[in-house]
Amino acid sequence: MSKSHRGTIVATIVAVSIAAALGTAYATRDKSASGTSITAVGSTALQPFVEAAGEEYAKINLGTFVNVQGGGTGTGLSQVSQGAVDLGNSDVFAEEKEGINANRLVDHQVAVVGIAPLLNKDIGLKDLSTAQLQAIFTGKVTNWQQVGGKNQKIVIINRAAGSGTRATFEKWGLLGKQSIEAQEQDSSGMVRSIVATTPGAISYAAFGYIDDTIVAASVNHVSPLNKNVASGMYPIWSYEHVYTNGKPKPEVAKFLNYLTSKEIQSTLVPKLGYISIHDMRVTRQLNGNIIKK
Amino acid sequence: MDNITQKLMQKSESTKKDSLGRAVSLAALSLIVIVVVSIFAFVMSRGLSTFFHDGVHVKDFLFGSTWNPSVVNPQTKQPYIGALPMILGSFLVTFLAAIVATPFAIGTSLFMTEIAQKRGTKIMQPVIELLVGIPSVVYGFIGLTVVVPFIRSVFGGSGFGILSGTIVLFVMVLPTITSMTVDTLKSVPRHYRESALAIGATRWQMIYKVVLRAATPGILTAIVFGMARAFGEALAVQMVIGNAALMPHNLTSPASTLTSILTMGIGNTVMGSLQNDVLWTLAMILLVMSLVFNLVVRAIGRRGEMK
Repeated sequence: MSKSHRGTIVATIVAVSIAAALGTAYATRDKSASGTSITAVGSTALQPFVEAAGEEYAKINLGTFVNVQGGGTGTGLSQVSQGAVDLGNSDVFAEEKEGINANRLVDHQVAVVGIAPLLNKDIGLKDLSTAQLQAIFTGKVTNWQQVGGKNQKIVIINRAAGSGTRATFEKWGLLGKQSIEAQEQDSSGMVRSIVATTPGAISYAAFGYIDDTIVAASVNHVSPLNKNVASGMYPIWSYEHVYTNGKPKPEVAKFLNYLTSKEIQSTLVPKLGYISIHDMRVTRQLNGNIIKK
Repeated sequence: MDNITQKLMQKSESTKKDSLGRAVSLAALSLIVIVVVSIFAFVMSRGLSTFFHDGVHVKDFLFGSTWNPSVVNPQTKQPYIGALPMILGSFLVTFLAAIVATPFAIGTSLFMTEIAQKRGTKIMQPVIELLVGIPSVVYGFIGLTVVVPFIRSVFGGSGFGILSGTIVLFVMVLPTITSMTVDTLKSVPRHYRESALAIGATRWQMIYKVVLRAATPGILTAIVFGMARAFGEALAVQMVIGNAALMPHNLTSPASTLTSILTMGIGNTVMGSLQNDVLWTLAMILLVMSLVFNLVVRAIGRRGEMK
């Protein structure tokens, strides 16, 4: 093969692959011009729910796409308050997040999530009071013996600072006290597997992560069960919020209605380990006041 | 005659190709330069706003030992933004991994180049190339399921910490250092070896008096490259180090590195807030350090030649 020949072949291959790439990009381009596209960004705890609901929604509303991305609560709130996305998913009230101007944000509560203290099985404890949790996580107590367990050092495992699960646990489980600096992990699945294998370990995660590799302790003698959250007996839970910037556009409002509809709330929500907002017999306001419905 | 004049006056085919080639490579180069410069500018502008916009003192940031950016210290009215635990953690795992890996790397590469050339290149070369290609999440996962429980059963505690991080990074930087050392050793001129053997040196004397001496700058460069990789590694280390922004008291207590705190925190903070800015400052430190590693490599290259 002559040299110039080879050059032509290379050039052809390059040209064909560029054309193919552009063609694919064109064929799979965002069809938001022809249909509607709703973008949601934020909390990874809420992501699976919005994603699954979005797929269902797109099936019954042809031409609508719900694009869901993670990124964390902070990202979701800042993007929605800048107007960059339609929906901002958050585990906490926007007012509780530093650096967010919550004035223009409208809160839509789409689910409730309960958070349980997770203990390593060998500790031998099944119940902790909030006072004991506070003592453990603030470092006042460093051995399980001091709270009625085995003679074993307490190993605290936290979620990353700023995570919604941690914020909820500190607010309601530790009564507003901050945990001392300790190991941090950035996902609940990781937390569970570390608690399961580390002697003396304690952490916390949403009810959906409870399985028989760990012990989910009851708090103040109330077991971490959905019905106890619904009745307001179990203290550590939070709303899952979807925020919009101002009043939502009609097509976004329709999707939000879909999220809180009977159908989704009775099928998808329990399936993914959340608690339906329709089941809640209490409401909790931003300041923590609990009102019976 | 006319034809020839015309040919001489016009640009020939090859000249055109020449300038086309020049333009293409210049365009490629300028794209890369623009990307690098804008990354630097972006990280710097974000990272420096901690000091200019949020009014944090550089000294508090670099030498403070308490890290909790969302809590304000009641005495100084400043958030706790001491990054020393992470800086120390990063340097500790990097240096320890490099110190442990270097003898193994030199040993392996000597075996491959000097002692058993044929077998060495046949068996070891593919093994090392394979090790380079393993994704870091795999190393991290193995570290989490094998190294951490092992450390826990031997030394007690939770098993997460600098030691586990060092072990994982040791395996990760070993192939980098080894393959670069092999290249260096191969580039030592043959007549050095021949002269040494001719005046009666044994093979071992030849290796450590001549070959290793001649290869020293190259080996140092290899080590620095390995350290740069270790310093920037995020995922594998994050999985085994425990991510506690605490000063490491010993090698088995949970610690953290710049990268692990960065990846853990970035999604949970709001762009433009102090909590986010301090993470960018950590990123800036990482960037500056990789620059330093680069400069060190250059300095070694310039000064270290055998005279």
